[in-house]
Amino acid sequence: MARTPDGPPPPPTVQKLRLRYTKRGPLRFASHRDLARALERALRRAQVPMAFSAGFSPHPKISYMGAAPTGAASEAEYFEIGLSARRDPEQVRAALDASLPPGIDVLECVEAVEGSGSLADRLDATRWRIDLPGVDADQLSAAVQTFLAQEVVLVAKRTKNGTKDVDAREAVVSAAVAVEAGCAILLVVVRQLTPTVRPDDVMAALAAVADLHPPLPARAVREAQGRLDDSGDVADPLGPDRVASSRCQGEPAQV
Amino acid sequence: MTVESLYPRLEPLLAQVQKPIQYVGGELNAQVKPWDDVAVHWALMYPDAYEVGLPNQGLMILYEVLNERADALAERTYAVWPDLAGLMREHGVGQFTVDAHRPVREFDLLGVSFATELGYTNLLEALDLAGVPLHAVDRDESHPVVVAGGHAAFNPEPVSDFVDCAVLGDGEQVVGDITDVVAAWKDQGRPGGRVELLARLSRVDGVYVPRFYAVSYAADGTIAEVRRTRDDVPARVGKRTVMDLDEWPYPKQPLVPLAESVHERMSVEIFRGCTRGCRFCQAGMITRPVRERTITGIGSMVDAGLKATGYEEVGLLSLSSADHSEIGQLAKELADRYEGTNTGLSLPSTRVDAFNVTLANELSRNGRRSGLTFAPEGGSERIRRVINKTVSKEDLVRTVTTAYANGWRQVKLYFMCGLPTETDEDVLEIAELAVEVIRAGREASGSKDIRCTVSIGGFVPKPHTPFQWAAQASAETIDHRLRILREAINADRRIGRSIGLRYHDGKPGVIEGLLSRGDRRVGKVIERVWRDGGHFDGWSEHFSYDRWQTAAAEELAAFGLDLAWFTTRERTEHEVLPWDHLDSGLDKEWLWDDWQDAISEDEVGDCRWTGCYDCGVCPTMGTDIQIGPTGRSLLPLTPVSR
Repeated sequence: MARTPDGPPPPPTVQKLRLRYTKRGPLRFASHRDLARALERALRRAQVPMAFSAGFSPHPKISYMGAAPTGAASEAEYFEIGLSARRDPEQVRAALDASLPPGIDVLECVEAVEGSGSLADRLDATRWRIDLPGVDADQLSAAVQTFLAQEVVLVAKRTKNGTKDVDAREAVVSAAVAVEAGCAILLVVVRQLTPTVRPDDVMAALAAVADLHPPLPARAVREAQGRLDDSGDVADPLGPDRVASSRCQGEPAQV
Repeated sequence: MTVESLYPRLEPLLAQVQKPIQYVGGELNAQVKPWDDVAVHWALMYPDAYEVGLPNQGLMILYEVLNERADALAERTYAVWPDLAGLMREHGVGQFTVDAHRPVREFDLLGVSFATELGYTNLLEALDLAGVPLHAVDRDESHPVVVAGGHAAFNPEPVSDFVDCAVLGDGEQVVGDITDVVAAWKDQGRPGGRVELLARLSRVDGVYVPRFYAVSYAADGTIAEVRRTRDDVPARVGKRTVMDLDEWPYPKQPLVPLAESVHERMSVEIFRGCTRGCRFCQAGMITRPVRERTITGIGSMVDAGLKATGYEEVGLLSLSSADHSEIGQLAKELADRYEGTNTGLSLPSTRVDAFNVTLANELSRNGRRSGLTFAPEGGSERIRRVINKTVSKEDLVRTVTTAYANGWRQVKLYFMCGLPTETDEDVLEIAELAVEVIRAGREASGSKDIRCTVSIGGFVPKPHTPFQWAAQASAETIDHRLRILREAINADRRIGRSIGLRYHDGKPGVIEGLLSRGDRRVGKVIERVWRDGGHFDGWSEHFSYDRWQTAAAEELAAFGLDLAWFTTRERTEHEVLPWDHLDSGLDKEWLWDDWQDAISEDEVGDCRWTGCYDCGVCPTMGTDIQIGPTGRSLLPLTPVSR
């Protein structure tokens, strides 16, 4: 006697929105699961008309992608939501931003345009900024040169199935050194492969090839996420939706 | 004097620890007030991990009540895991609050809520990390006043060396009274120093200051006398009771953490107190009388809380939620109100009663029926008469069968083991019951896909209950009974595979027993265990029975006592109990008579329906039962979103 829910099935998705948000300040210590919980509760508080899956435990239609690791800050996290009623993207952005704690700031919201492809496919690289307090910039530059000169740099990485050696060199597209307010900064563009090479893997690689051991914990910020363009930089992943929606503005946005 | 945030020094350490999010604060509805704007600063501690402490209702209520005052602020602090504690010691970072990361050392008061005695070592760890002397007598007026509260504070004697005072009963009003006293003392230039402040606090109703009471012991080790050492403190300290819960609709803005907690839902307390009279239940004894929130009061709290939090589930909390005088109407009207909004409603474990299945059906009207929990507590009808939780075997099987027939796939049954007068046979009946429940359930549901989980724990006798005189069962007895129960359940695999057994071994219960009914001499054991590295005693991976046993053997030997003396020894009628000078309102003679009734398997009714049986609480405390029905209905709300 399996029960089925009474009543009509839940209303379908009529609009998909793609959002960019940040993970700043102390909230860089939030994990991707912490963020998912916070976003779902904020969507409820902001009364965004979410579409739900059918069945006895309906879930809001949300896709998260490419979460920055716990401890890393981000200016460029992305997720996609399905709505059961149309809303003006900017109003959704403002309402959601107001419902989230300071540090999780919703910067952009665009309507996903049909036929523009999936958002996940547009997130294949990250530009990281890694602040290395207490590290000498010249020593860092030398370490980076040594690293870039290698063909392969294996680092041990903990995965679900134990420790695995991963090539950190292969994932790194470019690496440069800057200095800001006396602090050495590593700017690195990393291709998102599986398993993902993260800032701490890059630091482990520098330790392996050049014996670089920062005296203080490194602080990483994901500055941008998107498709690797021809110049080796990271393109705006919401660009295609913006271009497409600016072409079909005939449809009135409702609130 | 302004107080600096420890965050800049803490942050580099957070990159090196597990689940750092639990230390950064920033929860939804958290508050940070400027230090210098207020006269009185409270640090509120739940002495367990953040994930356990954050959802605690008591702490959340006091946090909000205190922060609403213009002259006070309250911030929260939790037990720090060993990985961070090690780094904090290495780098000289003290115990901090998660709200503004201010050092606990700088607060005027440190309020600690003890839901269980197993948090005592975590208090010592926090005091040490904070740089506050462990012993109350070593503190000066620059140190926070350490105040214990919560149910365990009804016998604070084992921690009387470490706390400055203990508060008995409901906290909502007494925290305000304490704040007034501290504010006035500071404003007057701290006359008389710390001792004068404590003396003033001891005159606040519900506040007990252990240092003003001397305990002497008889040759046989029992307490000879507890005598006050100043005549301006009360001879007995009585508990506080908040009347008219509708006037205290807290928490209004429940805290919502980013981190995962043990309780991923919002809770609304629908009444406080319980007079069912279950003899093992300390909560039911010390929180009398029953005080209901009205149906309309509950309705507005649910509405306001959901809007403030975005939670997708609301738990209707109390000691026995189905006993609310308007629970049927409440369940129906809440289910109507939130139909189609993907908002879940739930009741905590309930008494075994067919009506509770109806209620659960209503609350899960259009949701998944996964699990229902009942608490028969005792395995046999005989032992259920002893504990005064009478339900016949037939009723139990019928109720659970009804649940399966209504589409519930899993039923969890809570039991205790080691109850007074219990025999192996009483415990073995649990297996018979579970087998019968599965047989009848398969028949009623027409499905083999049903489960019954038996969850069983060792009974710990608690102060201020009729079982406060009882001999606690030894760990060996508990473990033996759990073993034969497991064998009995597994005897028939065809049925047994549908029955799950969840249990804890008997050892932690023995230590909880020592701490529950201990006296001031037990403080030495707690301190020794903490010095030997003990903390997080509620966590099996951190709890060490050997450490406790060694500490108890060595520290209690000086008094000619041992662990068994505090646990498996039955007390006599006229023995002075360590908590006799602390008044829960219950008449000691009534408790003794109820203990005798338990032994002769005599039941007692519920004063809400059968008339007063003179437990003593209402006349002593000047309180009264407050129950409905009010005859009111929930007003329809303006619909939100779809």
